[in-house]
Amino acid sequence: MKLKLKIWRQKDAKSKGKFETYHLDNVSPEMSFLEMLDYLNSQLILKGEDPIAFEHDCREGICGSCGLYINGRPHGLKGKTTTCELHLRDFKDGCTIVVEPWRAASFPVIKDLMVDRHAFEKIMQAGGFISTNAGAAQDANAIPVTKPKADEAFDAASCIGCGACVAACKNSSAMLFIAAKVSQLALPPQGRIEAKERVKRMVAKMDELGFGGCTNTRACEAECPKGISISHIARLNREYYAAKFSD
Amino acid sequence: MNKLNAKIPDGPLAEKWTRHKASLKLVNPANRKKLDIIVVGTGLAGSGAASTLGELGYNVKVFCYQDTPRRAHSVAAQGGINAAKNYKNDGDSVFRLFYDMIKGGDYRAREANVYRAAEVSNLVIDHYTAIGVPFARDYGGLIDNRSFGGVQVSRTFYAKGQTGQQCLLGGYGALTRQIQAGTVTMYSRRELLDIVVVEGRARGIIARNLITGEIERHAAHAVVLATGGYGTIYYLSTLAVNSNGSAAWKAYKKGALFANPSFIQIHPTSIPVLNEFQSKLTLMSESLRNDGRVWVPKEKGDKRNPNDIPEEDRDYYLERRYPAFGNLVPRDVASRAAKERCDAGYGVGDTGLSVYLDFRDAIQKQGAKAIENKYGNLFEMYEKITGESPYNTPMRIYPAGHYTMGGLWVDYNLMTTIPGLFAIGEANFSDHGANRLGASSLMQCAGDGYFIIPYTIADYLSDQIKVARFDTKRPEFEEAANNVKGRIDKLLAVNGKETVTSFHKRLGKIMWDYCGMYRNEEGLKKALTLIKELEEEFWKNVKVPGSIEGVNQELEKACRVADYFEMAKLLCTDALNRKESCGAHFREESQTDTGEAKRIDSEFAYVAAWEYNGPDKEPTLHKEPLTFEYVKLQERSYT
Repeated sequence: MKLKLKIWRQKDAKSKGKFETYHLDNVSPEMSFLEMLDYLNSQLILKGEDPIAFEHDCREGICGSCGLYINGRPHGLKGKTTTCELHLRDFKDGCTIVVEPWRAASFPVIKDLMVDRHAFEKIMQAGGFISTNAGAAQDANAIPVTKPKADEAFDAASCIGCGACVAACKNSSAMLFIAAKVSQLALPPQGRIEAKERVKRMVAKMDELGFGGCTNTRACEAECPKGISISHIARLNREYYAAKFSD
Repeated sequence: MNKLNAKIPDGPLAEKWTRHKASLKLVNPANRKKLDIIVVGTGLAGSGAASTLGELGYNVKVFCYQDTPRRAHSVAAQGGINAAKNYKNDGDSVFRLFYDMIKGGDYRAREANVYRAAEVSNLVIDHYTAIGVPFARDYGGLIDNRSFGGVQVSRTFYAKGQTGQQCLLGGYGALTRQIQAGTVTMYSRRELLDIVVVEGRARGIIARNLITGEIERHAAHAVVLATGGYGTIYYLSTLAVNSNGSAAWKAYKKGALFANPSFIQIHPTSIPVLNEFQSKLTLMSESLRNDGRVWVPKEKGDKRNPNDIPEEDRDYYLERRYPAFGNLVPRDVASRAAKERCDAGYGVGDTGLSVYLDFRDAIQKQGAKAIENKYGNLFEMYEKITGESPYNTPMRIYPAGHYTMGGLWVDYNLMTTIPGLFAIGEANFSDHGANRLGASSLMQCAGDGYFIIPYTIADYLSDQIKVARFDTKRPEFEEAANNVKGRIDKLLAVNGKETVTSFHKRLGKIMWDYCGMYRNEEGLKKALTLIKELEEEFWKNVKVPGSIEGVNQELEKACRVADYFEMAKLLCTDALNRKESCGAHFREESQTDTGEAKRIDSEFAYVAAWEYNGPDKEPTLHKEPLTFEYVKLQERSYT
């Protein structure tokens, strides 16, 4: 296959970035998208040019490191797929592919396609946990959780923290990310104790960090590689208002 | 030999840990905040240790190379986590879990450590459940269990095929809680490049800030390595591509002994290599073997579509060879059996290097919906990578480098031979012998982190409360930082014509061919020569672009691969020394008539712990004899 690549290059956080164009020949449709970038980088290195910085680690869709804006959509056009799970067989021979980093004020570019998602850490630290110390727990089966609730909590928990929801949203809202965590912990009895405090703190931190609000366009849900439903945002709102009104 | 005092407590097996805990010294809560502890790595072991030590009130500094601790590679563990709860009423117990691990590890692990791992497994499940890990549940609301390779009871707790992710996110939550509380300081995007030893004790680390490039110095009263395994020495493995063995290797070069380095598990069910640029192999959980049947055609080179091959033309070779365990034989046995069939010419796919894992019968019997409930996300993952749906076509699988049972030698307190330097989780050697059973990795990592290290590190720290915080301007820090910079400068200065990745691939090929699933004396000697030659070539011809400043991902790789060249030699040396077969270590010279691994207990019932003697010098072998009081050594049979 032949590809024409337009890739965002930016030396560091302070520099101004721009698109560079690269032509790649002889790529195999069996290659993953990131393997294609590896291949391009190996050519750049041997030519004495600076290779393209991008984030990746597990390369099997679970760690959430990778995240590229490909042809105008987070993680590409395939849906329910992380960037590392994309393969070139999903693209046409001879096509042009535009690759950008996540674009959101809360995720500043570090270099090229790498962004700083530390804002997610701050939100998590504000309350994304259950306050039980190691050693204090009772037997795991002491508190039953109904299967539908447990399954729904699991669906919410499958968030990989990649940030595609923020990148997809016209408001750069982090509501789906927060909703997934709030929902996961609000559903089972173990997490109910702190539910009110948790939701208030996480939402306050999100606002403080400059993420926008949700206007129900559902772009986040459409682009989430794990298919997390915006019904969790509905639950987040319910939890939030219930907590506020009970103050 | 006095280097190896495992400090196994006296008393009956089942009481050792209880008695030991009662005898360990404590640190007064008021004194804990005066004590600094560095934890490197944030997988199940590292995040568990860091949050728990934070909860206890120590001053903890945690390091990881990822942008956030939630991405440590424990996240990719799929199938489950074991515990001896016996919720299924099927005869499980702490002793049986212990027994299965000793047997599964082919009698090359310490009884006392393994028993303790089994003992604390139940606490781990209680804790994870309490902090919100969504384990799979039955309709009655209680937790479900499933069976997992190599055992005959159902003791595996799971969250679909994402158990590692869910446990890690639970642990990450607990860790963020401590970061918020101020007991833990998080240093993400840092890579450990050396351990600092002051007057014989571990007192800090040198780390590179992967964003600014700065070489940082961090001091502490004790250092805990939770840095995982070194499976990426094969280049292609099931690990995250940035996983590496450098932290353990630096510890070894600073005087910590390295135990059983050649014990590497080859996982039987990975998606096979599909193209020459492939950068990693994706695991398909072992749990799939509960319902999937492994087979190859009976005829060599049978190119028919697998669905067109009738029952009588299929060879379900695991069921044929191992009727008692069938498709659930342990990983080492399943891997070798797959390679044996492929080498004999029965492999399928374009390369002939894969076998089928077929769900046809399970789908017919249980329905597609039931199979989707159990394995839906794995099937999706497989389809994304291969373009084929396992609902309609059998999966193709092949063995891949996966887990390192070997690691830093530690005593019963999980301390290495450097006082104050601890190793937990996959980074140590202690619990899995020569082969790890499925779902016991998460169990050991979490057990080490939450319920063992907090006790044993207190014993070490109890006499350190009067030791003032260390100044990182001390000569030992200065020297270590200068050595790190010197090595980086040397790498950058080569300015050759071949990329780091290309060298890594070439090294990986040597290791896979000669120190992989099958090993023999001739091959290992050849590998040692080839590695030395390639290492020399690396230092003459590698191309590392950029500088030490700022983001430089190629430099990160170069540092890791440079260490792998050194480590590869130790792996081969260890494999050469152990002339028996045991678990994942299969020496062709030592096999039974039926081609199974043949141990030589009279000569090799020991832990091989290697001591570094300097560059280009042979390491010294120290032997820790393994004695078995509670389990009788026998040939490991799954037939």
